[in-house]
Amino acid sequence: MGKLPKWADYALIPFLNVLLAFFVSGLVVLFIGEDPIKAMGIMLKGSLGSPRAIGYTLYYATNFIFTGLAVAVAFHARLFNIGGEGQAGVAGLGVAFVCMYVDWPHWSLALPAAIIGAALFAGIWAAIPAYLQSKRGSHIVITTIMFNYIAAALLVYMLVNVIKDPGSMSPQTRAFVPGSVLPTAKEMLGWIGVDFPRSPINISFLLAIAACFGVWILIWKSRLGYEIRAFGHSESAAGYAGISGFKITMIAMTISGSLAGLMAINTVMGEGKRLVLDPVEGAGFIGIAVALIGRSHPLGVFLAAILFGMLYQGGFDLSFDMPKVSREMILVIQALVILFTGALENLVRMPVTRLFLRFTKGAA
Amino acid sequence: MGRQETVAPAIELKGISKSFGPVQANKDISISVRRGSIHGIVGENGAGKSTLMSILYGFYKADSGQIFINGKQTLIPDSQAAIAAGIGMVHQHFKLVENFTVLENVVLGAEEGQRLGPSLAKARALLVELAREYELEVDPDAVIETLSVGFQQRVEILKALYRQADILILDEPTGVLTPSEADHLFRILRNLRDQGKTIIMITHKLREIMNVTDTVSVMRRGQMTATVHTTDTNPAELAELMVGRKVLLRVDKKPAVAGDVVLEVNDLRVTDSKGVVRLKGISFQVKAGEILGIAGVAGNGQSELLEVLGGFGRATGSVKVRGTAINIASAAQGRHRREAGISHVPEDRNHLGLIMDFAAWENMAFGYHHEPKYIRAGGLMDQAAMLDDTIGKMERFDIRPPNPRLNAQSFSGGNQQKIVLAREIEHNPDILLIGQPTRGVDIGAIEFIHQQIVALRDAGKAILLVSVELDEILSLTDRVAVMFDGHIAGERITAETDEKELGLLMAGMMEGAA
Repeated sequence: MGKLPKWADYALIPFLNVLLAFFVSGLVVLFIGEDPIKAMGIMLKGSLGSPRAIGYTLYYATNFIFTGLAVAVAFHARLFNIGGEGQAGVAGLGVAFVCMYVDWPHWSLALPAAIIGAALFAGIWAAIPAYLQSKRGSHIVITTIMFNYIAAALLVYMLVNVIKDPGSMSPQTRAFVPGSVLPTAKEMLGWIGVDFPRSPINISFLLAIAACFGVWILIWKSRLGYEIRAFGHSESAAGYAGISGFKITMIAMTISGSLAGLMAINTVMGEGKRLVLDPVEGAGFIGIAVALIGRSHPLGVFLAAILFGMLYQGGFDLSFDMPKVSREMILVIQALVILFTGALENLVRMPVTRLFLRFTKGAA
Repeated sequence: MGRQETVAPAIELKGISKSFGPVQANKDISISVRRGSIHGIVGENGAGKSTLMSILYGFYKADSGQIFINGKQTLIPDSQAAIAAGIGMVHQHFKLVENFTVLENVVLGAEEGQRLGPSLAKARALLVELAREYELEVDPDAVIETLSVGFQQRVEILKALYRQADILILDEPTGVLTPSEADHLFRILRNLRDQGKTIIMITHKLREIMNVTDTVSVMRRGQMTATVHTTDTNPAELAELMVGRKVLLRVDKKPAVAGDVVLEVNDLRVTDSKGVVRLKGISFQVKAGEILGIAGVAGNGQSELLEVLGGFGRATGSVKVRGTAINIASAAQGRHRREAGISHVPEDRNHLGLIMDFAAWENMAFGYHHEPKYIRAGGLMDQAAMLDDTIGKMERFDIRPPNPRLNAQSFSGGNQQKIVLAREIEHNPDILLIGQPTRGVDIGAIEFIHQQIVALRDAGKAILLVSVELDEILSLTDRVAVMFDGHIAGERITAETDEKELGLLMAGMMEGAA
């Protein structure tokens, strides 16, 4: 197959894939007796129609950026980290410990500590499957999935037996100390005199953007990233070059887990202000789709995360305004996006490549 | 040729052209192959030989031109049509089901009816007959993975004959064979020819062309530059036709001026992960300013030897560099080896020496990427320095196209090898390990690579050269050790031995070290 220009590879093809997914979704909506154009309108309005809607969309997108970057980093080392869900859950514990037991004077001190707590817990949680893969030969896809369940059980145990708020009926911690509450977009924009409505989006969104930039530097500019990519492309060649596969597997997975863990900063520290059961709500799995669509590039991950944020937030409005379209319908649309961008990617890639070949040949 | 003019040629191609995008792989090619002859096609990598044969076998459709089989114009849209027209193909990489028996592989895809039994019985009878007729003996019930490559190749030939092929195309058939297996193959081919079959053999080995073919065509840059009777030509002329200029087939070198022992290997033993003993106590020395060749059929422990010396394989025994022992107990020593002055051009540049998806500039630092000259203040990779470094090396090693941003896979085999060589040689090592330096490399580049290796030797470096090409061993090395079944079957001074003696050592038929 010939070569595509980068912009077509990274932008045009994912865009066409998403378009195709929406087209099929439209057919499904049509099939259950609703107007797909109208449904599209509701979703767009619900996700981008007001500052508040945008706030919600970006709040969800923040989660997906972190979990998407997590999958992307591991994937550069050809490691398929399916464990974002569990890693982010365990990170919730790390955040909770930091924000419950220290009386922080100001959020700007609590935030770095919570980042370390989240990254430490999630990083270790991801490092165990990495160790098992490189030393014991247990496949990382299997172990990371299993660790999702272990994490869920651990969370239940901790919330029911260890760190439960005695005054509460539900398995959750007490509220975090006031000094650990992160500034929301409303507050931050208020500092510069912009009026923004109340929504869960908080400073974590900026952290997510910084993480995108950081991952870009790591993967394409640093020596470690060079070694991670080399190992990912060819394990045997990496061995020849003196790059330790064990080291790369451990480091890549720890970084990957830590990134997934940062999601807990957004949900647990930024929005919940206490740890509840299932603080991840499936974002770990959506991260896989986000990384796939974003082709494991931070910019792609960012854009794909925004798209999924829109689907998530717009989906709420859709199921509210169109009773026939249930919450599950949103899952169907998400699934179609994953199907067309992941599994059926060649459906679009082959004809586009052929078209480009014909075009370049005509020009030659 | 006058006498045969009356019989239609087995194959006649007229004006075949084929392009892939902007690349013209075949340009107006016409050849005619007489029935009952062996026709060789030679050319460098990328000259268009494989494309032409793929067109003939229906893998590609020609943009223009006609194919005549036995005088009849024939359309070959797919390989079924090729088989129907009596064409069989033996690919360079065998297309056999490893865990099927010979019989099952032969029948596969040509079964008659729903029940397998009758097809197998019929095939068995035919196989026995073919084996007798053409010296193609193979046990029909042997499982493919238990057979040696020579026998696997016979199965491929049997497969084609079972499908009633009259015209056999063989793509680089001797690449994986020992000299004696190759001789047997040539006997089979001559038998087939004498029974009236037509054979087209693609190869880059000029000696084989001279040895077995009746006529030979030379391809260069998509064009057919000449078709001659083999008896009317010689290797030097063919090489010149292939490359388009005079080529030195023998390496021009002065006698070695050997210095001190630089690399000393003692009683090296390797057991692989499946418990198979790969090296059974190897000992040798390499001195400064000499080239020690390791000859042998592939798979007799050479790869393991290079892995251990290169720092990514474990072994017991001892390896000393200038008298200092190096760590061979761990498999992650690549960086230490490089720091100890050992550079390594691996046998398999696709899986070891290069990252195919990396740009040339990224590959040019591969293995040395931790060196300060590639690191910027602040700890990030210095892309500008890496690009500069690559541009310089590309110029000095004549790597084409000289574009440091192209991915490794976009270069031809010869230029890929030059990337690896440039990287390893310019690091100025004391010891250069080099495996199969010219595998998949075109003749023009072979000459250049050999000159570089000799120049490095003359600069006083110790060189360990592993090659399965006896010609290369004989023309390039100063001493040669032959590996067979995990040990060194014999060591000779290159100038005092010959192909025959080395061939016997390679086959394990002669014991005793020199």
